[in-house]
Amino acid sequence: MTISRTILICSGKGGVGKTTLTANLGIALSRQGARTVVLDADFGLRNLDLLLGLENRIVYTAQEVLAETCRLDQALVKHKQEPNLALLPAGNPRMLEWLKPEDMQAIVGMLSERFDYVLIDCPAGIEDGFKNAAAAAKEAIVITTPEVSAVRDADRVIGLLNTRGVTPVQLVLNRVRPRMMANQEMLAVDDVTDILALPLLGLVLEDEQVIVSTNRGEPLTLNGSASPAARAYTNIARRLQGEDVPLMDPAREGRTGLRAKVRRMMQTKIF
Amino acid sequence: MTLQDLLDRILGRQPASATTARERLQLVLAHDRSDLSPEQLDQMRREIFEVVAKYVDVDLEEGDVTLETEDRVTALVANLPIRRSMASSKPGG
Repeated sequence: MTISRTILICSGKGGVGKTTLTANLGIALSRQGARTVVLDADFGLRNLDLLLGLENRIVYTAQEVLAETCRLDQALVKHKQEPNLALLPAGNPRMLEWLKPEDMQAIVGMLSERFDYVLIDCPAGIEDGFKNAAAAAKEAIVITTPEVSAVRDADRVIGLLNTRGVTPVQLVLNRVRPRMMANQEMLAVDDVTDILALPLLGLVLEDEQVIVSTNRGEPLTLNGSASPAARAYTNIARRLQGEDVPLMDPAREGRTGLRAKVRRMMQTKIF
Repeated sequence: MTLQDLLDRILGRQPASATTARERLQLVLAHDRSDLSPEQLDQMRREIFEVVAKYVDVDLEEGDVTLETEDRVTALVANLPIRRSMASSKPGG
């Protein structure tokens, strides 16, 4: 029997791409044959159902499972095209106060008996919502963007994960704009990994297709899209599974032609 | 320093914003990680100066106490140039 992995997907700051990563990673892992469940721990403002196109199929939540008013398999929402993937909302937006860290541990305990991967979509912030979501996490993926506010908030979250003994904690850098990085108008990949001192699990380029896919409720990884973000998410899933997939080099993508050569020369250290 | 930095300096231009972002982040994270407000750091700096000044004659103009951070380890770095030892002039010492 394989050992189940429980991975918290968190960022501190809101709107940096936690839920999009959870949805795409869930689909990608299922497509690679892993039984995967995505748990929406952000039940106050849940959105994972919407990104997966499952918003009309939720009947029960983890709350009813724990109260024993339904069975676990009744609450799990199976994805139509990807039978390996299931969604479980942690709770109902109308009931904001039921979930405690012990509840989270209980539900993750049940899920890990049936799934290879339990991905927990963490709410923004570092208060109770985060603490509940993190209660059952063994490992974590911190997602951030190359912006000062997002990196600062990620740092706070990493500090909290470290004190909880969550390991490994890996980094996904989202919304990378190669051209801006090449022009030194965006924090470089090395800047972010040096400051946060985390191993880099993946880089996701800024990609308009992400918005198109959320409009449709079909994650990019679902239909084998060749868009840059789709490839990035698929590669992140492969790396999670232990495959050695080289990281994309945004500097190379952003720099071509003579102007780029001059720009590169200007960045050579002279003293 | 890179060629670009040198050119920026000669032309009196602002450095690229990524450099500014990195420097501002490093400073704010040093404070976040140590859980010290700038006021508290200032207070501590003054007290450290007072204690050190009891033993040696330090150059307060040149001296500095800062938080520096690398690989998630934050260190308190005190750089206090000493003018001369006060041991000889210490009363009863």
